[in-house]
Amino acid sequence: MLLVPAVFAALVSLLPIVYLVVRAAEGGLGVVAETLWRARTLELAVRSLGLAAVVTLLCVVIGVSLAWLVVRTDLPGRRVFGVLAALPLAVPSYVAAYTWVAALPDLSGFWGSVMVLTLVSYPYVYLPAAAALARLDPAMEEVALSLGRGRMSVVLRQLRPSVAAGGLLVAMYVLAEFGAVAIMRFDVFTTQIYTSYRAGFDRTPAAVLGLLLVVVTSAIVVAEARSRGRASYATRGAPARRRRVVALRPAARVAGLAWSTSVAVAAVGFPFAAICYWLLDGASAELRPAELFSAFGATLSMSAAGALVSTALAVPVGVIAARHRGRTASFLEQSTYVGHALPGIVIALSLVFFGVRYAYPLYQRWPMLVLAYAVLFLPAAVGAVRASVLQAPPVVEEVARSLGRGPLAVMREVTLPLALPGVLAGGALVFLTAMKELPATLLLRPTGMETLATRLWTETGSGAYGAAAPYAALLMLVAAVPGFVLGHRSTREDA
Amino acid sequence: MSVRRLIAAAIIPLALLATACGGGEPAAAPTSSEDPEKFEDASLVIYSGRNENLVGPLIDKLKTATGLDVQVRYGDSAELAAQILEEGERTRADLFFSQDAGALGALSKAGVLAPLPQPLLDRVPEKYRSADGTWIGVSGRARVIVYDPRTVQDPPKSVFDLTDPKYKDKVGWAPTNASFQSFVTALRLVSGEDKARKWLEDMKANGTQTFSNNGNILNAVDEGKVSAGLINHYYWYEKVAEKGEAGVPSKLSFPAEGDPGALVNVAGVSVLKASKHGAAAQKAAEFMLGTEAQKYFADETKEYPLVEGVATAPGLPALDSIKGPDLDLSKLDSLEQTLTLLKEVGLV
Repeated sequence: MLLVPAVFAALVSLLPIVYLVVRAAEGGLGVVAETLWRARTLELAVRSLGLAAVVTLLCVVIGVSLAWLVVRTDLPGRRVFGVLAALPLAVPSYVAAYTWVAALPDLSGFWGSVMVLTLVSYPYVYLPAAAALARLDPAMEEVALSLGRGRMSVVLRQLRPSVAAGGLLVAMYVLAEFGAVAIMRFDVFTTQIYTSYRAGFDRTPAAVLGLLLVVVTSAIVVAEARSRGRASYATRGAPARRRRVVALRPAARVAGLAWSTSVAVAAVGFPFAAICYWLLDGASAELRPAELFSAFGATLSMSAAGALVSTALAVPVGVIAARHRGRTASFLEQSTYVGHALPGIVIALSLVFFGVRYAYPLYQRWPMLVLAYAVLFLPAAVGAVRASVLQAPPVVEEVARSLGRGPLAVMREVTLPLALPGVLAGGALVFLTAMKELPATLLLRPTGMETLATRLWTETGSGAYGAAAPYAALLMLVAAVPGFVLGHRSTREDA
Repeated sequence: MSVRRLIAAAIIPLALLATACGGGEPAAAPTSSEDPEKFEDASLVIYSGRNENLVGPLIDKLKTATGLDVQVRYGDSAELAAQILEEGERTRADLFFSQDAGALGALSKAGVLAPLPQPLLDRVPEKYRSADGTWIGVSGRARVIVYDPRTVQDPPKSVFDLTDPKYKDKVGWAPTNASFQSFVTALRLVSGEDKARKWLEDMKANGTQTFSNNGNILNAVDEGKVSAGLINHYYWYEKVAEKGEAGVPSKLSFPAEGDPGALVNVAGVSVLKASKHGAAAQKAAEFMLGTEAQKYFADETKEYPLVEGVATAPGLPALDSIKGPDLDLSKLDSLEQTLTLLKEVGLV
């Protein structure tokens, strides 16, 4: 029964690939070969992969270390640090890049991009790592100790699926990213795709490069799935005892505080302070409350609808991915990752292509924009659903089945209620990511609709930085609300 | 939220989408069982690649003057062009208002633009419209050299002067700026690839300073950080209008006749072939070339009005005194080669 909606979600996610194939084929094999054979294509692919690798590695280091400090130690103020650790999610990458470049004009290129992208995306690793650490059964660690192995051997092994899933999101996000690297003047693979559209007015090379990006990303996704292996991660039987908290020695405590504080200052403090400065500096610019308010309303409603549809599509896929093994299950799950792997403009143009042909009445209406958000951010929601269903012990479902419940009733009455907090957290993640989305919003919003992100684009585009500040500030404040909820959740005892 | 509602929430949009998406092969011609007209708005839709802050007030004037119900979709000129190409026959755009000639040239080449009536085309000089009559420039923006009269006695009259050792480390440019890139395209087309490459390399070797945009170059010249810079003319006039002549120490030099640095690019409009409001779109295009709109470009954005008889803003040299390179502006769509060149030289 779950299969039908799950297949549907996968098909919707795969639409952009169909579009890319159509556009790439149009140019003929000659153009395809020529685009792939350009020396620059290889060079940019290597640069993109290098950037993704370094950023992912740093995100894992920051995300896991913060999660451990917050969840497993007696670090002073760890709840505050837990909330702060999730807040960079509220900072759009282009705003972060812009504020850093404005403050340090020499910052650019590879390391500038690494810094900005790491600071905005490490929460993708931090959140699942914190959740995994919190639900670790201390008994397992004791078993490890009794067998003469280190405690960390169990911790790291249990963390692996969450960290790998988070790292995967980061890697794909970096591969598809354009705004921040453009500000850092670092040419990557997506730069070439945007250049094809913007400078060459030519869709075939862009489509070929897009497909190449999909191939590369698929390889990464499949590799991650292989590494996940067949291990089981559910806790069995009774809920875990209260977790053990490590008492930090004074030196470690100082180091932990310094580390958490510097990450928080760079990733949260700096962009928010820069926006405040920007606000004060541009206070002379006339504020148009009506426009601010309508952009605020549009942002909220579109992102909320996007989060709802995304979560709805994610539930069947996530449950199947968690409860079934085999080709079909992994194909369904991996299909949904396409949206995350492609630059926003490609997703947007593919929906323009299909919308105009098969859903004309909905074209440039809000449902199309909502669908775009759902496709773009589905992987985050699927990951959240899968992780929280995995956490629910299958034995409870088996008991319900043995008591005569049908599969759907079990799903409705047992699995989903157990997984619900995690599912909602996934929805919150989609909600705040959709708020910051720009390229697809520009192409697919109803004519005349402006969101906070498009207003920000308009004001900065005409050099009116003072007038742009209120939009940037409001966007970050609103996005900070779900960010706060997610961060707070990560510090709870029973998370 | 109860689980039941969550599932209901899952099913409703799914059903909605399933009916909406239909199915079938993408390669097939557009088909629809519904009557698209039913959903068609009665209003005129403009896709504008120009910023709302710059042309929003003009659109209001358009509504008042013509009584048309106008909706505007703002975006990036090139991305809107890509969107129009993707929409094909079913585009919702009636009029495309582009920031530069390149995007108009690309659409013209793809054959999606309708020819404009000759009397309308005749309102602007031939060099500021397409040869096949599918687009027309509405305002002109001249490339200029801004210089600091406190340190430069003999104003540069050509972009080629700026490679002189006396300007070592003293010139500013913005290689990522679209207007600069259009100028480099003109340089390539007029002087040839080799000369363009040599100029870029010489400029780089001469320590030319990189800025992120025209405004920053102008400020740097005014602050005496550099002696000269390559910008669009209206940045200077807007700054003078804001700060007064005394607050802007720099001066402008319009490059000599035939110099690629004297390029005049245009913002322009075109009517879409697939438009169902062809007459209204044409009316809007006519408004853009009418006195009121031309005056707006002259006075508000300090660009050059292209229709004869409309005065340029005070202080600007007459448009026909700028003898730019002899160039078909539609050719500015070869921006990709320009970017390749800029990359090879190591500027972007």
